[in-house]
Amino acid sequence: MNFLKRTIPLIIAFVMGVLMAMQYYVPHKLSQDLLEVVSRWDRIIAGFAVFIGAYSLFHLHWTRIKRRIEGWGYSVFVYFGAIITLIFGFLNGGKFFWNDKQDGTMFDWLYYYVQVPAGATIFSILAFFIASAAYRTFRARTKESTVLLVAAILVMLGRVPIGNYISQYIPAIADWIMAVPNLAAKRGILLGVSLGAIATSLKIIFGIERSYLGGGD
Amino acid sequence: MRKDSNFLILVGTIGLFVCVNIFLMASGKLPLSFDGFGIILGAGLTFAVYSFLYKDNPAFKIAENLYVGVSLGYTIVITWFNFLKPDLYDPLIVPMFSKASEKAPQYALIFPSLLGIFMLLRFSRKLSWLSRWTFAFVVGLGAGISIPRVISAFILEQIKPSLRPVFSGGETILSSINTLLIMLGVISVLIYFIFSVEHKGTIGKFSKIGIWFLMISFGASFGYTVMGRLSLLIGRIQFLLRDWLGVLQ
Repeated sequence: MNFLKRTIPLIIAFVMGVLMAMQYYVPHKLSQDLLEVVSRWDRIIAGFAVFIGAYSLFHLHWTRIKRRIEGWGYSVFVYFGAIITLIFGFLNGGKFFWNDKQDGTMFDWLYYYVQVPAGATIFSILAFFIASAAYRTFRARTKESTVLLVAAILVMLGRVPIGNYISQYIPAIADWIMAVPNLAAKRGILLGVSLGAIATSLKIIFGIERSYLGGGD
Repeated sequence: MRKDSNFLILVGTIGLFVCVNIFLMASGKLPLSFDGFGIILGAGLTFAVYSFLYKDNPAFKIAENLYVGVSLGYTIVITWFNFLKPDLYDPLIVPMFSKASEKAPQYALIFPSLLGIFMLLRFSRKLSWLSRWTFAFVVGLGAGISIPRVISAFILEQIKPSLRPVFSGGETILSSINTLLIMLGVISVLIYFIFSVEHKGTIGKFSKIGIWFLMISFGASFGYTVMGRLSLLIGRIQFLLRDWLGVLQ
């Protein structure tokens, strides 16, 4: 049983890892077809994975409703929003879900008038919190924190017309900050992250990194 | 007493919102159609979310939970139409069960379907171990695909412009200085992240330069993020003033 539970997953990860790493270096149609096929398989599996997320969320809110945990009434709105969207989505404007997606249905209406406004507002609210957090934490106590503060102010001013009103050099300085020191630091970070990603990938392929298997037997 | 005043503020705000919408519809500024009601709903959700800036309240919580629910429903429906239907249902299920279909079923797709079903067995106590096969497939595939592509796109393609000749003819002095600065920045940031060597002497000096580059980058990223959020805020205000109230053209 241990063979099925632990060894087979390690073999699958090894075979898929080596196969796909080698595929990149084989400029043959068969190799390209293989990439296309496994990418499609990956999309299908990702489609199934969505249901795990959906189940987890529904389960969480169902538990809140069932146990009458404080604020359980709000969980009803999660069910309400999800069920309404699913009904209109699968009704597909009267053509039902087994046909291609229709445009201009109630499903699109829900997207444009519920999801887009609520999502954009939730993200825009972060502007206030970031400003508030910056006011409380940004203190030019050291040279390094002063550099961070000045760079942030210059980039912000350089992106709005008022920056140009203050000085015509501010937008140019903001562009230079983005294109030179910011690029250099990002490149350095990216190189480090990439080396780390390769090392982790190799550890997964060779079965050194096994945390994706989860706990238990 | 305080709870009562909060309740009155909430009821008063909702009442005011309803009155404004009745006025807008009566005056013809909002159409009596699904789109008109959609704009009202969008404006209501916008106010409900912004009400959090005052304090946490039932209107915000309702909007938040409704958003989560609609997003979940949207994700499931889009997953069906964009992934499962074209990649699994149309090429496998339809030809298998429909006599009218001229295409032969792509039986190879049973394999990823099985892996997908194995993943769902995560919720079964006895068979949850089968989900490991799926995770191994996805993780192994991702690891294998990423190694050569990361080397190519994120290492070689990033090193190449960092090691460009400072003077190759034709460029300005400023651009040569920038090339030099980028090279210095990349090397010093990489040195900063070497923790196996003590940051003393020359290494320490380079590491210090690396910190300066990182600080500029973090400041720039912060400024950029703030401006991105502000543009979303401007978008919401535009929606309220133009689409809902109709005072902006």
